[in-house]
Amino acid sequence: MTLIRKNFDVLIIGAGGAGLNAAVQLADADLRVAVVSKVFPTRSHTVAAQGGVNAALGNVDEDQWHWHMFDTVKGSDYLGDQDAIEFMCREAIPTVYELEHNGVPFSRLENGRIYQRPFGGQSRNFGKEQASRTCAAADRTGHAILHTLYQRNLKARSHFFTEYFAIDLLQDEEGGVTGALVMNIASGEPMLLNARATLLATGGCGQVFRTTSNAHINTGDGMAMALRAGIPLQDMEFFQFHPTGVAGRGMLITEASRGEGGYLINSEGERFMERYAPSAKDLASRDVVARAIVTEVREGRGCGPKGDHVLLKVDHLGEETVAKRLPGIRETSKIFVGIDPAFEPIPVYPTAHYVMGGIPSDRFGRVVAPARHGPEEVVPGLYAAGECACVSVHGANRLGGNSLLDILVFGRLSGLDILDYLREHPRHRQTDSASEEKAMARFRRFDQEGEGIAVAELRAELQKVMEDHAGVFRTDEIMREGLEKMRDIRERLDEVRLHDRSRTFNTARVEAFELENLVDVGMSIITSALHRQESRGAHSRPDYPDRDDRNWMRHSLYFREDDHLDYKPVRTRPLSVDSFPPKERVY
Amino acid sequence: MRFEVYRYNPDTDAKPYMQAFDLEVERGMMLRDALLKIKEQDESFAFRHSCGEGVCGSDGVNVNGSNRLACITPVAELKAPVVVRPFPGRPVIRDLVVDMSDFYRQYQAVEPWLKRKEPVPEQESLQTPAQRARLDGLWECIMCGCCSTSCPSFWWNPDKFLGPQALLTAWRFLADSRDQGEEERLDALDGPYKLFRCHTIMNCVEACPKHLNPTEAIGHIRNLMLKKSV
Repeated sequence: MTLIRKNFDVLIIGAGGAGLNAAVQLADADLRVAVVSKVFPTRSHTVAAQGGVNAALGNVDEDQWHWHMFDTVKGSDYLGDQDAIEFMCREAIPTVYELEHNGVPFSRLENGRIYQRPFGGQSRNFGKEQASRTCAAADRTGHAILHTLYQRNLKARSHFFTEYFAIDLLQDEEGGVTGALVMNIASGEPMLLNARATLLATGGCGQVFRTTSNAHINTGDGMAMALRAGIPLQDMEFFQFHPTGVAGRGMLITEASRGEGGYLINSEGERFMERYAPSAKDLASRDVVARAIVTEVREGRGCGPKGDHVLLKVDHLGEETVAKRLPGIRETSKIFVGIDPAFEPIPVYPTAHYVMGGIPSDRFGRVVAPARHGPEEVVPGLYAAGECACVSVHGANRLGGNSLLDILVFGRLSGLDILDYLREHPRHRQTDSASEEKAMARFRRFDQEGEGIAVAELRAELQKVMEDHAGVFRTDEIMREGLEKMRDIRERLDEVRLHDRSRTFNTARVEAFELENLVDVGMSIITSALHRQESRGAHSRPDYPDRDDRNWMRHSLYFREDDHLDYKPVRTRPLSVDSFPPKERVY
Repeated sequence: MRFEVYRYNPDTDAKPYMQAFDLEVERGMMLRDALLKIKEQDESFAFRHSCGEGVCGSDGVNVNGSNRLACITPVAELKAPVVVRPFPGRPVIRDLVVDMSDFYRQYQAVEPWLKRKEPVPEQESLQTPAQRARLDGLWECIMCGCCSTSCPSFWWNPDKFLGPQALLTAWRFLADSRDQGEEERLDALDGPYKLFRCHTIMNCVEACPKHLNPTEAIGHIRNLMLKKSV
């Protein structure tokens, strides 16, 4: 086997919204950009985003980025960094206009402007009336955006390495990143991609849970690569469970169904959100609604023969609205539960959806980690954007419509910052041979012969453990037990063997690498969760039911080495406006 | 229920063969679930899949003679034995995984991006709901390839005939009120092959898992060409 080496100016790992929006900035500037993706770009999970992207365009009602910022800070349960949040909410407006100019087929209002719908946790005047801030292309906004960005990259002639799997980052002697070792899935051959700057844009890790809205590919690859390169993961205890997954299956029913006027009922036919969130009701923040549903079911007011879900009603909106505004979830409901939501309610239950935590980065997309001079020193040559990164703009809970926004704003900004970085760093860094050997050892790991544990078996076990021990409600006892089980799974990872060690398009090999990534990411989630002794946003502990700002208004940092935890302060100073001090969070 | 799947691994097999699996069928089971069960029994079985809900377009296969998306095809709708093959007319890489390069190349050939001659406005460009409605049934394409790989004209001329998917995309941009590239787009589609190899067999319409209608889109392009040439 000959090891192919290639040099690029920039290496982007991941071709979802963040990776593609970065790539287009760089390719337009005539740089040599390699975009590596384990699937064809339009298969990336951005495609599944439904409801829309938030921007205070004010097309429906008066709106301001400052109100958007307030909602995001409050939604984050005051764990989000206010400088990054201000930046994102201001940038939202030109970012959406740029998407439109690039061809995204947004739905339209009568006056020809972009259609905007109400979403959870949105308000005008700092917590007063409901806002309509989510820009939508029916309920297939992610599809519309991802396809447009791919098209834009074709125009810019970005260089795609499609169906290449990233094995590990390469580093120089000082820990600076020099590229990555990747595997051509079709041939099974390794390849070394050297680059002056590398952007991780590998998306989320929902596959650590059994019931999830996330695709098969969402295995936290970039996060695990960062961990193995000695970089910590930030705030991994904060995992969002979307309130409305299809009961028993997990696929998503968009929040737009409630934004358009839908609501939840229990077995008594009661619109129970009125009890949990008297003013916002069904449009309270996602963590609030998810907890309410689980509580209803636990207290015996669940629907169905097993009483294990609640119902989402949109049938009162009329068939025309459902057909026009919610065609995607109508199709999903028909196919997977045999129900037409225009006439019948949909059985729903929370589903693992989104990780607020990730690779610590600043608002320019630069990866920052504790080093000699403080907790936020830049890792030379490495960027991260999108769900795999933690800027942090979502803090302890993300608002609906802020995920597409995050990937687009910070994807774009990392692209632009990389342009500056490359001007200052005209030469390639020298990869340390030890780093290359380490990556190659990982590449060869599953060539090991003999009998052992099957990938699918250990993966199923991991997903079950995470679901049972790191779900919507978490106690010390439950998590401690989960952590032990996870440690055991990590140990048994060494015993995993492949029966099929062939080269050509060996999906079993890819899944084995993904399993390793899932174990690392799962460990970061449960370890960080166990140590945070408070309830904040999506991290909800019956044994510590209150938010504890004095001790816990800080970010967690999990290191793979010795499962060590560190902490750093929340950035409470915005860029130009006054800070929003922590307040009780009611909807 | 009996499933017969196409197997071919160029590393180990001299030629392709069909392999039978008997699976317990559960309520609500999709074809993708069945393929995953087969993979649990035999990890060497290869197929592409990801979202599991019909939006990413990864898992197009040929089942009982029709091209379908495995994750949204209920097993209950299929007659036993369920025969699963790779897309017809495409080179097989392994098992159900085919080489789709021609398909992607044809997509790229229609220059699927918005062409503007005038500078863009500071805010969004305006589009009425009626103008926007012309894109419905076009922009939802997930590029799964079910249509183009069921089209005999594409089987025979995958390098010259653009195929239903790329032509649907061409019309998606021609139909967009914001696009200003009509003339060059139509010029590029001219000639005996690119567009005119479509013989309205309509396999594409039958195959599309998103219920889109490439044949109709091709008809619209032809009409527009006719109108412009008069």
